[in-house]
Amino acid sequence: MEILNYAFMQRALLAAVLVGITAPAIGIYLVQRRQALMGDGIGHVAMTGVGLGFLLSWSPVWMATVVSVLGAVLMELIRWYGKTRGDIALAMLFYGGMAGGVMFINLAPGGSNANLTSYLFGSLSTVSESDVTAICLLAAFVVLVTVGLRRQLFAVSQDEEFARVTGLPVRALNLLTAVTAAVTVTVAMRVVGLLLVSALMVVPVAAAQQLTRSFAATFAIAVALGVSVTIGGTVTSYYQDVPPGATIVLLTIGAFILLSVLAAPLARRRARALAAAQPAADPAECTIPATRGAADEVGV
Amino acid sequence: MSDESVISLRGVRAELGSRPVLRGIDLTVRRGQVVALLGANGSGKSTAVRTIIGQVPVTAGEIELFGTPRRRFRDWARVGYVPQRTTAAGGVPATVTEVVSSGRLSRARFGVLRKADHEAVRRALDLVGMADRAKDSVNALSGGQHQRVLIARALAAEPELLIMDEPMAGVDLASQEVLAQTLRGQVAAGTTVLLVLHELGPLEPLIDRAVVLRDGCVLHDGPPPEAVGQHALPGHDHVHPHAPAGAEPIRTGLLS
Repeated sequence: MEILNYAFMQRALLAAVLVGITAPAIGIYLVQRRQALMGDGIGHVAMTGVGLGFLLSWSPVWMATVVSVLGAVLMELIRWYGKTRGDIALAMLFYGGMAGGVMFINLAPGGSNANLTSYLFGSLSTVSESDVTAICLLAAFVVLVTVGLRRQLFAVSQDEEFARVTGLPVRALNLLTAVTAAVTVTVAMRVVGLLLVSALMVVPVAAAQQLTRSFAATFAIAVALGVSVTIGGTVTSYYQDVPPGATIVLLTIGAFILLSVLAAPLARRRARALAAAQPAADPAECTIPATRGAADEVGV
Repeated sequence: MSDESVISLRGVRAELGSRPVLRGIDLTVRRGQVVALLGANGSGKSTAVRTIIGQVPVTAGEIELFGTPRRRFRDWARVGYVPQRTTAAGGVPATVTEVVSSGRLSRARFGVLRKADHEAVRRALDLVGMADRAKDSVNALSGGQHQRVLIARALAAEPELLIMDEPMAGVDLASQEVLAQTLRGQVAAGTTVLLVLHELGPLEPLIDRAVVLRDGCVLHDGPPPEAVGQHALPGHDHVHPHAPAGAEPIRTGLLS
């Protein structure tokens, strides 16, 4: 494994594994609450953070974290209070975030859109020591929330109204979900890039769903799949000299298609098992009762 | 039946998008009572229930749960709620047990379910006759089974008060019977029940009192209203549109 001899590849693989774990771990709750594209929106907002980081000469990773957390909280507030035209407000936030990023980076001394590219599409080979520290800390937070509070987050994402009547702090949990999603976006930013980060939150979950019946299994398979594709994509990009972000996302979509194809016979087998378990209640075919007599015949 | 009031609404007003939906509702449900909230679509019956659980803000009036003002009420494990839903499913597959377990969170400290909690979830599934489907995905269930799961989720906390919003909507005949039987057991055990219903249907014998709303005001509060027309005949046969072909109509046997 010569790939492990290089310090930059060690850092890249570590970052990739952490992204493979965290993105599906928070993504599953976003998919469950049918906000699959929230990660995409946060990614756009994070661009302003990256731009500000360049402009103020602060760490773009930490600056993006701060701005995307603020953006995610703002999105959650819009969801509470501006129910009627929430989609328009969100659209403004997304495109404002993207435009802000481009503007700030061009205002920065010596800055140009070229600096943005590594954040938009990921740039694993330039992950620095301090990036890795930031990614480790942020990933630890995401795992703590998504695993430690899984029952609460499940209840709130499944049925918000019911969760309120169980006494759960629904608003706090919604905010925590939004903040965790924002943190995940910045964790994944260096690996797959802001424009592709949402794919890693959503597609492994969608792929896992093809096989599973339970939330717990979906969570486990989505994370396993996430780690497999991020490692696979990173290694492929090293040997084949292709961009890692795009490779990872295409591998994920490939896995989705593969599992969808595999799922069809599995579903058929399950249906047969179910039919065998309760034969009387669920006859396989429609039959006309034998007792029906001549009265049913249509005479002319 | 004691005089202790479990739910108390006094002069409650509520708006949805600046349109007044409740215009001064008074409603008291005492311990052990089974009260049906009736009314046409848009009369405010669902909104009334949603103000009780805090989902719809109140613009005027007072709400008390177990004698505590709702704002200060924290003892949510005493309340079981069945929202108006046609499905128990979310965007990700979940088993019947996983969905019902979230109803137990109100009794679980820090979201950790212990052995007793898992047993309570099992009992709740048994009550609605879904124990054999515990490990199945809720996506694979029929409409009536979804409703049974939602009711099991409310029962998992072993509540003293059950609030149900149209539990019989879109439910097939077999599930309606199971639900009526489940509710009968709960009422016999002393549970207080507030039900939003479109029609009394198979729950009719259980109901002590009916409150009828119209245009956000209480129109009737007393014994269940007399049925009219064919429904007024005691022992008339209910032939339900959801009944499977060839199913026997429910015969109460009073006319034969």
